[in-house]
Amino acid sequence: MAKPATVYGVLAEFDDPNALVAATTRAYREGYRRMDAYSPFPIEELHEALGGHHTRLPLVVLIGGILGGVGGYALQYWTQAIAYPINVGGRPYHSWPAFIPVTFECTILAAALSAVLGMIALNGLPMPYHPVFNVPRFALASRNRFFLCIEAVDPKFDVERTRRFLETLEPREVTTVAE
Amino acid sequence: MADSLAPVEDPNRAVVATGRPPIVAPGYTFGSVTDKISSIVLTRRAPLGWWLGLLFAFLLFNLMMVAITYLVVKGTGIWGINIPVGWGFAIVNFVWWIGIGHAGTLISAILLLLKQTWRTSINRFAEAMTLFAVACAAIFPLIHTGRPWLAAYWLFPYPNTMGLWPQFRSPLIWDVFAVSTYATVSLLFWFVGLVPDLATLRDRSQSRIGRMVYGMLAMGWRGSARHWHRYEMAYLLLAGLATPLVVSVHTVVSFDFAIAIVPGWHTTIFPPYFVAGAIYSGFAMVLTLAIPIRAVYGLEDFITMRHLQNMAKVMLVTGLIVAYGYTIEAFTAWYSADKFEQYVPYNRMTGAYAPVYWSLILCNVVIPQLLWFRRVRSRPVALFVIALVVNAGMWLERFVIVVTSLHRDFLPSSWGMYMPTFWDWATFVGTIGLFLTLLFLFLRFLPMISIFEMRTILPEAKVDEDLRVI
Repeated sequence: MAKPATVYGVLAEFDDPNALVAATTRAYREGYRRMDAYSPFPIEELHEALGGHHTRLPLVVLIGGILGGVGGYALQYWTQAIAYPINVGGRPYHSWPAFIPVTFECTILAAALSAVLGMIALNGLPMPYHPVFNVPRFALASRNRFFLCIEAVDPKFDVERTRRFLETLEPREVTTVAE
Repeated sequence: MADSLAPVEDPNRAVVATGRPPIVAPGYTFGSVTDKISSIVLTRRAPLGWWLGLLFAFLLFNLMMVAITYLVVKGTGIWGINIPVGWGFAIVNFVWWIGIGHAGTLISAILLLLKQTWRTSINRFAEAMTLFAVACAAIFPLIHTGRPWLAAYWLFPYPNTMGLWPQFRSPLIWDVFAVSTYATVSLLFWFVGLVPDLATLRDRSQSRIGRMVYGMLAMGWRGSARHWHRYEMAYLLLAGLATPLVVSVHTVVSFDFAIAIVPGWHTTIFPPYFVAGAIYSGFAMVLTLAIPIRAVYGLEDFITMRHLQNMAKVMLVTGLIVAYGYTIEAFTAWYSADKFEQYVPYNRMTGAYAPVYWSLILCNVVIPQLLWFRRVRSRPVALFVIALVVNAGMWLERFVIVVTSLHRDFLPSSWGMYMPTFWDWATFVGTIGLFLTLLFLFLRFLPMISIFEMRTILPEAKVDEDLRVI
């Protein structure tokens, strides 16, 4: 069997979400850490099985929202009281109740932008090329198949041993992924 | 490809036993759901009805282009507006379209937070409908300024050479911020929801162009568990942010009226009553679109009677809130003991625009009472007709609010009448053309039902509890 020059990892294909979660849990028990699971829809248990940590995304959104709110209010204060003050019947220039709707909208806008851009950035997207796309059957990961990939950077990784281990998990197929 | 999956116990069967239709017809697998929805987009030939519909919509859209071109050449004098009725069709249509746009975010955000799984098969096209409705709405205030090319410095705070800044104490500027934030957040919500489905289309497209375009839009999405985790978090946070936003938008739109001192506008009931009206008209429009689409594309298995019935119930509830709003509006006017306020409902019911007012009551209050009956709620044709009636009723409501209040204010010397001209109608009908054109293009090029969310509600998607402790 001709092996590729550089190996990204070994990929196992499963039929249903239960098999993938079970396989991931087994691989984690076996001591594998640098691996990833791929599924056509979100599976909460999978992230836990991979030993996943909490995401920092909520913090990003909080900071974004605060900056948006403060920025929105500051913009109104500066334009209405300093840069372009208009005297309307002697009412105060710093008329804060009138500034609330726009402050609110700016908060939501900045928080929503942080949520989406933060998610994309933390996920490392856009990433048009990834080694797993080299496996033709991986196209089914967006349809009805479930994949577990143990990566070559894992300290315990050894092409033959990892392959044999994955084959014990009753997958449909095991493939070596080229870099 | 045959699925070798053993049949899983179907939770929908229990639902059938209670007499309520299921959310998804039984017997579907991950593969068949994916194929059925994506084939509408990936098939080579579009149905003849699609071409005819697009042609009709595109012709109307061109009517709008002609109407706006003529407006730019001649000015707003081609419309029926004048003093005292300076707002006319432009604002009626703006409020109507923005209201329709509320259902999309309500379905995707609020029903998500309330864990209503039935939202899954209607959220995608309801969100698309929201975007297109907001696009139509945004046209009206812009062209109503008369000189839209100058609107940039009137409306948006950017450092211009004249050193001018917008007046942030004006509800019209709040409106600019509310509507543009709403449009942006709706677009983000829609796009985030689309990414996994774009990856599906990328992987299944037979054509090179399809793979490239969907591939670029999918940004290299590969369904990694770590990505899904952040994705779900982002989606939930967006839903949490969009929920107060959707309530704020029509509240701010109602401030356009309520902050003014015009009799009939200056009232505190406006914000809640506008929000209820927006949801009412939004669900009516979702039903108006969903009923023909599910029939034409054979999607009765995904958009089931359960969805139609639930939407009918939402319409009934919001319709009753709106009816309460009309009653309280009249009561408050009488109770205020203010002559000018008391004259408003009297004039609406008996004055020059009385036929419009009574048509509004018929469309929005009387006819929707049929939704109390289960037999009506379980007949798509009846629901379609009622939804159309409510769409018309909500438009009439905005006409009554805008025109009848303005045409009779404090001094009889400043009373007047408003009659729409051909160009008023052409612009209004034209935006319906724009809306439908965008909708037809959406149906052809993007999956109209969220494929990945449909997979999650299938019985086989459930992971056994005991797997966590292997």
